[in-house]
Amino acid sequence: MAKNKVVSKNMRVAGMKLGLTGLVLAVLFLFLIPMFYGIVTSLKTDNQLSIIGAPWWPAAEGSFNYEGKDYDVYSVPMEDGTVRELALYKKGRKVSEFVDPKNPEAGPFEWEGAWRQLERVWSFSPQWSNFKEAWDTVNFPRLLWNTLVYASVTTFGAVFSSALVAYGFSRFKIPGKGVLFMLMLSTVILPSAVTLIPTYFVFLKLGWVGTWLPLIIPAFFSWGTNTFLLRQFFMSIPRELDEAAMIDGASPLRVFVSIILPTSGPALTAVGLFHFFWAWNDFFGPLIYLAGNPDKFPITVGLTAFNNLYSQSTNLIQAASLISAVIPVIIFFLAQKQFMQGVVVTGVEK
Amino acid sequence: MSFFEGVELLKKDKARGKRKLTGSEKREARTGLAFLSPWMIGFVLFYLLPMIASFVFSLYDFNPAVPDQAKFIGFENWQRALVIDEEVRLSFFRTIHFMAISLPITLSFTLFLAVLMNSEHVIGKNIYRTLFYMPTMIPLVAGVLVWNGVLNEQTGWVNVIIEKLTGIEAVGTEGLRWLADPKLVYYAYTMFGLWGVGNGMIIFLAGLQGVPTEIYEAAQIDGAGWWRRLFRITVPLITPVIFYQLVLSVIASLQYFLAPFVLNDGTGFPEGMTRFYMVYFYKQSFSFFNMGYGATLAWLMFLVALVLTAILFGTAKYWVYYASEER
Repeated sequence: MAKNKVVSKNMRVAGMKLGLTGLVLAVLFLFLIPMFYGIVTSLKTDNQLSIIGAPWWPAAEGSFNYEGKDYDVYSVPMEDGTVRELALYKKGRKVSEFVDPKNPEAGPFEWEGAWRQLERVWSFSPQWSNFKEAWDTVNFPRLLWNTLVYASVTTFGAVFSSALVAYGFSRFKIPGKGVLFMLMLSTVILPSAVTLIPTYFVFLKLGWVGTWLPLIIPAFFSWGTNTFLLRQFFMSIPRELDEAAMIDGASPLRVFVSIILPTSGPALTAVGLFHFFWAWNDFFGPLIYLAGNPDKFPITVGLTAFNNLYSQSTNLIQAASLISAVIPVIIFFLAQKQFMQGVVVTGVEK
Repeated sequence: MSFFEGVELLKKDKARGKRKLTGSEKREARTGLAFLSPWMIGFVLFYLLPMIASFVFSLYDFNPAVPDQAKFIGFENWQRALVIDEEVRLSFFRTIHFMAISLPITLSFTLFLAVLMNSEHVIGKNIYRTLFYMPTMIPLVAGVLVWNGVLNEQTGWVNVIIEKLTGIEAVGTEGLRWLADPKLVYYAYTMFGLWGVGNGMIIFLAGLQGVPTEIYEAAQIDGAGWWRRLFRITVPLITPVIFYQLVLSVIASLQYFLAPFVLNDGTGFPEGMTRFYMVYFYKQSFSFFNMGYGATLAWLMFLVALVLTAILFGTAKYWVYYASEER
């Protein structure tokens, strides 16, 4: 009896495992369908996209070169019940002539029936050239370079300044520190619009609109979320370390540079990655400050402009979207551990 | 949860009181402030002064192309926004309408994924977690364009699959026009958003992993089933994390802008449904350059965000569980 119970319990657990894993796989499949769609569509020809009844995979309509001329290939039902793929040599209303691509030496032969009723034969034919075309039309080297510079410079600025501020918040007794800290946190949830117009106007007066400066300079004055995350990490570094250094006569700045920063590698990486991806994604700022300067566009704004111009070329748009996703996705796969840990610290830690 | 960290610090401030600082304490405070200075300068330059200026702008009829013609008009902009201009009210309620659809779907999907990723019965969780996270890394603009394709009424796979599976006529102009039908468009936009659940999922997951297993075991011995454990133990224990996500999502939805702008340049297609508040703000401020009026709209948004956050924080004590109360 007892043995049976164990077996049935094992069965139930196995069933649960199978069921839940199946559920996850099904959800994952649905979740990633758009991505498969993007990849497949980016490899199609314009022509295929406009034909109703074309296969879902990237394909081209088959053709066969016979005596120096191209003929369309159809699937033709034969009298003996088989279906053969034949090239239509001479069109006729009731009788047409076909050539067998597998046996062209036999020459054209007649087939009775209406060729218009026949279906074309499609063969797998991925258009890798779409990526090249998208790459050239969108001027990707320019966009990638702009985005890379923007993301790197602001990441450096944001990480460095946030680390300084986080050190201040984590190590010093300052009257009113609570108020300051609350103010800093509240900037995280402040809708950006409320500061936008005067800031825009000042940058306009400075002649900075149309340059990268309005997007880069503010990053050097630390960011709420980054500072919060780093402060949490610095709090966990034992104070004995800095106190020992202080006794040896090190200044606070020295402690920051030679003790805090070197021990905070993972946290600094996480914050850096965050900011990098944030900048890579940034849309509203560049849209406003770089309007009318396509030379300076980052990927997001450039991709939008491309979409507006080529909205009919679905395949090229999908190719361009995929290209712009490649770098962040690769970096994510390389650094996912640090990244996810960072997410956890901002969201969960007290 | 970050906001409550600040509250703790505030309490410490109060506890210290207003007693005079000794010389060494003064020195420490000064050094500390020096380290805080990048943030303090940035706060004044990029938050405090612009906010005040924004309010001043709202009292003017002002176009940056002709700054000399700026005219003080008192509260006319405010009157226009609150009383005369119907589009303000409409775009605000569109935003709320969209929020009411997208927020529950997105948050429950996020929680659903996190619960699955936390289940001991799912084989190969780490791979799925990475794959569910991956689309979060795709730039939003690219993600929106991909979804735009897959939801296309004629060629998109979503309709083709629905038609194949259910037999409902989904493909074509008579079918499911995800992005052109006013009744469907918010659901379509919600789907775009699902590609960004990665961060929320990881945060919820960490919250779930923080729930002590002894509580589960005790509940199991008491005969609580899976659902009961989920809604009576798991969810209540991770309410702080849910709260954090909720606050951030509400604020982000108020500023929803990217998808309608990328897909139809802020025209509001279909039937104005996607002319959300932020889109209208952008149009007024950066297409028509009515910056006085734009500043008014921005301040209104700020006030709404303030009220919503205050409401959320006010309700927090009824449903958010704080372990720190026991400390």
